[in-house]
Amino acid sequence: MSFLHLAILSPLIYSLFMIFFKKFHRIHTGWFILPLPILLFIYFLSFLPVTSNQKMVTETFNWIPSLGINFTAKADGLSLLFALLITGIGALVVFYSIYYLDRMKEKLPSFYVYLLLFMGAMLGVVLSDNLIVMYAFWELTSFSSFLLIGYWYGREQSRYGAQKSMLITVFGGLAMLGGIILLYIMTRTFSISEIAAESHSIWGNSLFIPALLCILLGAFTKSAQFPFYIWLPDAMEAPTPVSAYLHSATMVKAGIYLVARFTPVFGDSGVWFWLVSGIGLITLTWGSIFAAKQTDLKGILAFSTVSQLGLIMSLLGVGSAALHYADLDENIYIVAVSAAIFHLINHATFKGSLFMAVGIIDHETGTRDIRKLGGLMTFMPITFTVSIIGAFSMAGIPPFNGFLSKEMFFTGMVRVTEMDLFHLETWGILFPVIAWVASVFTFVYSMILIFKTFTGNVQLEKLDRQPHEAPLGMLIPPVILVSLVVIFGLFPNLLSDSLISPAMAEILPGLLGAGEEFTVHISSWHGFTIEVFMTLGVVILGIILYRTFPKWKTLYSKIPERMSLFRLYDQLVEGAQSGSYKLTKSFMTGSIHSYLVYIFAFFIFILTATLIGKGALKVDTGNVSAIGIYEWILALFVAAGAISILFVKSRMTSIILLGAVGYTVSLFYVLFRAPDLALTQLVIETISVALFLVCFYHLPKLRKYETRIRFKLTNALISIGVGAVVTVMALSAHSNKLFDSISKYYVENTYEKAAGKNMVNVILVDFRGFDTLFEITVLAIASLGIYGMIKLRGNRRKEG
Amino acid sequence: MEILMAFVIGILFMSATYLMLSKSLLRIIVGTGLLSHGAHLLILTMGGLKRGSAPLLGEHAKNYTDPLPQALILTAIVISFGVTAFFLVLAYRAYQELGTDNVEEMKGTEPND
Amino acid sequence: MKKTNNIILETALKALLFFIVLYSVYIFTAGHYYPGGGFIGGLMTSGAIVLLLITYDIKTVQRILPINYRIITAIGLLFAIGTSAGSLFFNVPFLTHAFTHVELPVLGDLSLHTATLFDLGVYFVVVGVTMTIIQTIGEDE
Repeated sequence: MSFLHLAILSPLIYSLFMIFFKKFHRIHTGWFILPLPILLFIYFLSFLPVTSNQKMVTETFNWIPSLGINFTAKADGLSLLFALLITGIGALVVFYSIYYLDRMKEKLPSFYVYLLLFMGAMLGVVLSDNLIVMYAFWELTSFSSFLLIGYWYGREQSRYGAQKSMLITVFGGLAMLGGIILLYIMTRTFSISEIAAESHSIWGNSLFIPALLCILLGAFTKSAQFPFYIWLPDAMEAPTPVSAYLHSATMVKAGIYLVARFTPVFGDSGVWFWLVSGIGLITLTWGSIFAAKQTDLKGILAFSTVSQLGLIMSLLGVGSAALHYADLDENIYIVAVSAAIFHLINHATFKGSLFMAVGIIDHETGTRDIRKLGGLMTFMPITFTVSIIGAFSMAGIPPFNGFLSKEMFFTGMVRVTEMDLFHLETWGILFPVIAWVASVFTFVYSMILIFKTFTGNVQLEKLDRQPHEAPLGMLIPPVILVSLVVIFGLFPNLLSDSLISPAMAEILPGLLGAGEEFTVHISSWHGFTIEVFMTLGVVILGIILYRTFPKWKTLYSKIPERMSLFRLYDQLVEGAQSGSYKLTKSFMTGSIHSYLVYIFAFFIFILTATLIGKGALKVDTGNVSAIGIYEWILALFVAAGAISILFVKSRMTSIILLGAVGYTVSLFYVLFRAPDLALTQLVIETISVALFLVCFYHLPKLRKYETRIRFKLTNALISIGVGAVVTVMALSAHSNKLFDSISKYYVENTYEKAAGKNMVNVILVDFRGFDTLFEITVLAIASLGIYGMIKLRGNRRKEG
Repeated sequence: MEILMAFVIGILFMSATYLMLSKSLLRIIVGTGLLSHGAHLLILTMGGLKRGSAPLLGEHAKNYTDPLPQALILTAIVISFGVTAFFLVLAYRAYQELGTDNVEEMKGTEPND
Repeated sequence: MKKTNNIILETALKALLFFIVLYSVYIFTAGHYYPGGGFIGGLMTSGAIVLLLITYDIKTVQRILPINYRIITAIGLLFAIGTSAGSLFFNVPFLTHAFTHVELPVLGDLSLHTATLFDLGVYFVVVGVTMTIIQTIGEDE
């Protein structure tokens, strides 16, 4: 277990210490949490010199080597970029939350435990090389997101949003698991780097397309792509720090990460190109159009996030086409990939700051509804500055970083028209057109976000409290983020060699020879190119549309409500609930007797069918061991005891008979050379008698309930059936030996590998230790259950 | 021996099933006890009986009986003790709260609260 | 349970209890080589305590052995999981055991197993669980 592993797991381990942090009531729990993401951020920064030389750090920890599942942590350019985002934004969000969440009113320990859980899970996703391990962390991010959205579980909307995000992302996660298994079938490995290395061998495979679709389903649900984006707006019920962290900067980018990570594997295929870039463009446009319709500030940001994720996704899709053009120096298509990574960073900065600003507005005015807000500029000058920089960057206005990546986005889309594959000669022109339309709407909603909130008339009568500027601590994180927006806008090449180029090397490894690296140079001015005119057009048309917004916004209400994906989801969930309820009602009668009859009848049916179907009905009397006189006696005794229990009337007798059968069985174990079993059975039988004795006082008298003869007859029939089937099964198991016993291994290795002589004990504590471990856990749970049933009933007594 | 055991096991399963299908809680518990005895013997028998000495290397025998079923059964014996105890307490607590040990009378109705 | 007055059992128990417990410890430690181990040892120890319960009443036994058996269960689980997870620090899969032989001056060759620690966990859990069950039921009025 290396330091890198510890770094991934440290948030999970750290959360255990919450028990101690809780004791300090007077200090906000967040202060204890804050050092961890900062330290992790510094730790991951120390990898920068390694990855910027196209190298990587790989640490393997054997987990289940026999299944090829090992916890391999790999820090390369792409992983490191995400790890820095997760820890960096994480630190700012924790800092922000200290001021956002009230120490007295909120359940801080649970909040920070969920947040740490998420942080660890997310680091695990981006730093694991093994797909199964990554999948486990992936689902963990869904769970922690569920917990965080439902943090204010008293509100119905929170619960609804949490459930929705859970259902959709876990559905995608399961599809992804399917894709992973398909990949394993094709390549016999779970390691992403190994799969990527031999990706050319699976291109023709018939499972290639299904695997691709499954993986993409996972990525699209997580990254809120069309039509799965519907969970993200409802996820805004989470506290704002969470929205800033999970639902804009990190978790929703896990899907982007997945697509980037799998580009070397699937990127060569046309299906990949069209799906990733097509869905990305649809999401981009759809999200930006509907963002303008929202009246809730967080709603605008949610749809805007959906749209921006679509933008990054489409860039990755377009970039994958670069793999078809081998020449590195003149390969003009790789700009799409560098734009994707650059925009990923930019989006985290400007959207993070916008979310925090909205959180401040919500916190200080008590509402996020733009119909109630207005004229806040004079009350909150710093928040206004933060928001306007963030929003201008999002709209693509110079000199902020969003402008640069928007230009590169246009470049990437314009160059699609020059491609000559995947039918792009005819369809390629759509790419820049759609991109441009979406950018116009992006401009419009960015303006709505700013000017509806901060300019115009103050409507104090609609606000719950007098608005004022937020405390300093709450302003620091968004200010840090917007200063990054400005810095990256002015000096974009700070990022190009350290982060962008190493990450690109992981997405498009096939284009690089040994020792080569991508040279990325970002500049804000290339002369009067087509991109500049596109931006100009966006600004001009955007301003016109914003001015005339009240006139055309009625168009939104023309879209029929029934068609909405949100409605469709609700109907699906309702249908599933009522359907399963009806199905369950149809056979769950509430009577144990009927359930047992189902089970036993099915038992008889399935065993008979299998025995007959497999032709296993034969009795081999050749290979049997001799029967001694004692064994006859014992067998008769057990049979007689078992049958006579059926007829006794007193509870004492039946318990004594059960004990007698038990002791006889232990004698059987003696005869069958099983000393451990004999001992255990003897002691257990003794303790059981004691158990029945102490329970005796509480137990009812054994009563025979008046029953109809038919009831008894059915029972008798079923019991005889079960007995007969088991007998036949035992006979057939004895007579059909399909293979040698697997215990040969245990017999041979008991001394060599475990240095023991009692095979049964060695199997229990060593070879099959897991069974034992789980068994004692079950025992402990049973005893706690008993303890609970007896001791914890005081309340009810008092009430009744 | 294996064939004789097959019939003994069949009888154990039959009695156990009949007891479990009855209405009295105590009889159901006794039934599960019998069922676990039957299952243990079944596992042991399927592994072959008396095929060598006890699975202890100290015996220095040529053949040993199959140790794996024994390990499984050892686990099962202890678990069935835990389950029986749990059942017993569940039964008498149900009896105390509901005043009946007839499972048909305990039958829950529609979302009952 | 009510206070009984069973003079034979009480006298016999005074002598027997020591041997039963001693034997159960022997059977636990011998488990790796001879019949025995955590399950049987634990059951036998709890059998001894149950015998004590039958002879005297619950209150007396609690005065003699003021143990919270639920904590014993927890200690046992910690032992078992701790031993299993300990192997992770040596970069081997969960639940990999190790063993070694030590030459002691008087006792001679002694073999040490981490498996024994695991078995000790089993022992504690079995004692804890059995006694929790019997004791809670017994206390219920």
